Amino acid sequence: MTSPSATLRQFKLPDVGEGLTEGEILQWLVAVGDTVTVNQPLCEVETAKAAVELPSPYAGTVVELLFEAGTMVDVGAPIITIDVSGGAVPPPAGPSAAEAEPAAGLIGGPAPGGRTSVLVGYGPRNTDAKRRPRRVPVAEGATDVPDAADGPAGRPDPEVAPLLPTAPDARTKPVRHGGLEVGRQAEAHALRGDAATSHGVAHGRGRLRPLAKPPVRKYAKDLGVDLAMVTGSGDGGVITRADVDAAASGTASALAPRPASGTESGEPGRAFGTESGSGAGGEERIPIKGVRKHTAAAMVASAFTAPHVTEFLAVDVTRMMKLRTRLAARPELAGVKVSPLLFVARALLLAARRHPMVNSSWDEAAQEIVIKEYVNLGIAAATPRGLVVPNIKDAGRLSLAELAAAIGELTETARAGKTSPADMSGGTITITNVGVFGVDTGTPILNPGESAILCFGAIRELPWVHRGGSGGGKPKIVPRQVTQLSLSFDHRIIDGELGSRFLADVGAILHDPGAALAF
Amino acid sequence: MTALRQATEVVDPVPGAGAPHLPQQPDLVQLLSPEGERVEHPDYSLDIGDDELRALYRDLALVRRWDIEATALQRQGELGIWASLLGQEAAQVGAGRAMADGDMAFPTYREHGVAWTRGVDPLQVMGLFRGVDSGGWDPLALGFNLYTIVIGAQCLHATGYAMGVQRDGAESAVLAFLGDGATSQGEVNEAMIFAASFSAPVVFFCQNNQYAISVPLERQSKVPLFQRAAGFGFPGVRVDGNDVLAVLAVTRAALAAAREGQGPTFIEAFTYRMGAHTTSDDPTRYRLASELEEWKLRDPIARLKAHLSRSGIADAAFFDSVDAEGDELAARIRSGTVDMPDPDPAGMFDHVYEEQTPTLAAQRAEFVEYHASFEGGEH
Repeated sequence: MTSPSATLRQFKLPDVGEGLTEGEILQWLVAVGDTVTVNQPLCEVETAKAAVELPSPYAGTVVELLFEAGTMVDVGAPIITIDVSGGAVPPPAGPSAAEAEPAAGLIGGPAPGGRTSVLVGYGPRNTDAKRRPRRVPVAEGATDVPDAADGPAGRPDPEVAPLLPTAPDARTKPVRHGGLEVGRQAEAHALRGDAATSHGVAHGRGRLRPLAKPPVRKYAKDLGVDLAMVTGSGDGGVITRADVDAAASGTASALAPRPASGTESGEPGRAFGTESGSGAGGEERIPIKGVRKHTAAAMVASAFTAPHVTEFLAVDVTRMMKLRTRLAARPELAGVKVSPLLFVARALLLAARRHPMVNSSWDEAAQEIVIKEYVNLGIAAATPRGLVVPNIKDAGRLSLAELAAAIGELTETARAGKTSPADMSGGTITITNVGVFGVDTGTPILNPGESAILCFGAIRELPWVHRGGSGGGKPKIVPRQVTQLSLSFDHRIIDGELGSRFLADVGAILHDPGAALAF
Repeated sequence: MTALRQATEVVDPVPGAGAPHLPQQPDLVQLLSPEGERVEHPDYSLDIGDDELRALYRDLALVRRWDIEATALQRQGELGIWASLLGQEAAQVGAGRAMADGDMAFPTYREHGVAWTRGVDPLQVMGLFRGVDSGGWDPLALGFNLYTIVIGAQCLHATGYAMGVQRDGAESAVLAFLGDGATSQGEVNEAMIFAASFSAPVVFFCQNNQYAISVPLERQSKVPLFQRAAGFGFPGVRVDGNDVLAVLAVTRAALAAAREGQGPTFIEAFTYRMGAHTTSDDPTRYRLASELEEWKLRDPIARLKAHLSRSGIADAAFFDSVDAEGDELAARIRSGTVDMPDPDPAGMFDHVYEEQTPTLAAQRAEFVEYHASFEGGEH
């Protein structure tokens, strides 16, 4: 305890936990001018671990409170000045038992509620440890000798090879020390203002492992990132998780700078990997997991289980698009999105009612074909997580407005990445809308367990042979709105005839929505 | 010392019976009710004189005063940490006073009360928690091993020591201290298995203070702890850990049985940690104030004080003198702690081997040189 004057004592904020660095003064329990006794509570302090009362180490008069309540104070900072001139200096004897009691009773006792969280046991340091200044070592002439501070007692340890590229040394051996020694070297050089710091330390390829903490190493390995190719941005060139992320995403800046040919290539210590051939045409390896893994398994299972047949149909949907405009204005459909997809879904449901066999599944074990009396209509959705196929349960029973609302909800949920497994299970037939990507058509692969999938392409204005007057007029080439439909189906269940009829019915409804009245 | 002077009230005689978070507590050995009434137990009787009763009270009060001062000193930055024994004084003093000369105790890091009864100077314990000492007392001379920080490890040491006692043919016993949390540790179970297999003269004295830091007992054990002894093949007994007389009687009997070759006993001293686990802990985070208030009514010191007052064994002058002695002790602990010199860092090399090895001497020289390389200071 420093003493500003002979009778003044300052109480420094102690580390009341283990390894705490600061505490907040919640409230003062004494005021300037108060007489205090040893162990009388002075203030309440909240740290990362607990809220505690600090008892006075001195008996005397409060001269000054050095921080206001509510202030965050570093451990070791004086918080109160007490004049002990009234008594012996310092008062060796404890207070009377009666005076000591309040502190005693309160310590460890219940504290008022509303505390922020605390930890029990050891907590991590929140701040960096400060290093004590070192005496400047006497220069020994040669700059390639490690800082005298690095070896115990300033003796260069032959095992701790000079690590810096500017300091090639005949004694150099592969360093078996971990990051600590390396970090110290880097730090020592940083302190000396050595320009060649982190890069050189981290990338002495072939001489030492790149610096990264074990979890980051694991992470890099999982992502297929070669740490030797990554420039560390952490202290002393340590590679951080963010550096690995940046490298994995192929950001050029994250890759280690490659030496310009001729200038540095002659320096053996600066080989960054170009010499080993992994130049600009690098590869990125992405672990197969999550939705991708699931999708792959499902597609393989589907493609190699159900023999797929795909049929195509070009449809003039000009009338449908006109109807869409009219329907969208109707009060029943207010607030929902009347999209082309909605019409395709509706057309599919109507056609499926006519051809129930397309809404079925193949039960290999039971040697049965299961025809579903309900349609759980799957809509393939591209989401941030990848492809998911949630379905609308019993979509055939929904009105157009309900169907529109269901599609809207389903896509929104999928885009938010919140599609639940239940949403994705039990599908019976699926629509995939590649038109939203401006693509005309494709050969979709069945959602496993289903027997048909309808692919809906972009709607384009195309030159089309059109007969006016409900098809009875003279053929003319006019711009019409045209889309492509393709249908993949499981040929075990569905023959070409059934598939064709189903696809033709869907097309007929989209071409002439009035045809739906006939279904 | 608030609890020292609080009025005793009539509460249910069985600790925990009224606490909804605790199971019913049968089979509790008690010789002094929470109101301070002497009660008899069929298996454990205690013939004790007035002087001994007053001495026990003095032990309890002084140990608590020491503990309070140590907690305050930690809050003033004079100790790195302190593990308070508040509320467990009777369990520790009773167990410590049950030991005979030649018996050996293996403590945890909280057995300040036992240390007191074995004659360890409180300042030696304070040096440990101030971080200037690694434990300076002579374990063999005092029959009190150094504090063990690793939870439960001392039980293995105790069992091993007891097996050594057995092989020496010595007529002494070993008292292994542990907490309720340690019963979940592998070492403790291994120690008990070995102790049972070899009928080692060791008594496992478990202070069940209800919490393993923040984890309540019912999360750790589906059965009362003392019942676990049956699984190891030796007797288990639950004693009111806030009843110094019952603890004394039960521990004496268990140690006597061990000395006579009857093998180990497990004692569950049912008590309560009224303070924090250590000064780094905030118990308000995991237990209710009402629970603490309930246990204050079973305060081990108030109970004995009530008995001494009511039966006329001690008067106000006696209690005042103990208080005064406590304050003197606290003042000695305070000044002694604050004035402790920082140790020489090189001192850690001095007690590794009885004779310094050349390697260690070289390391010491390097270390001294390294410290000298810092600015401003000899180390």
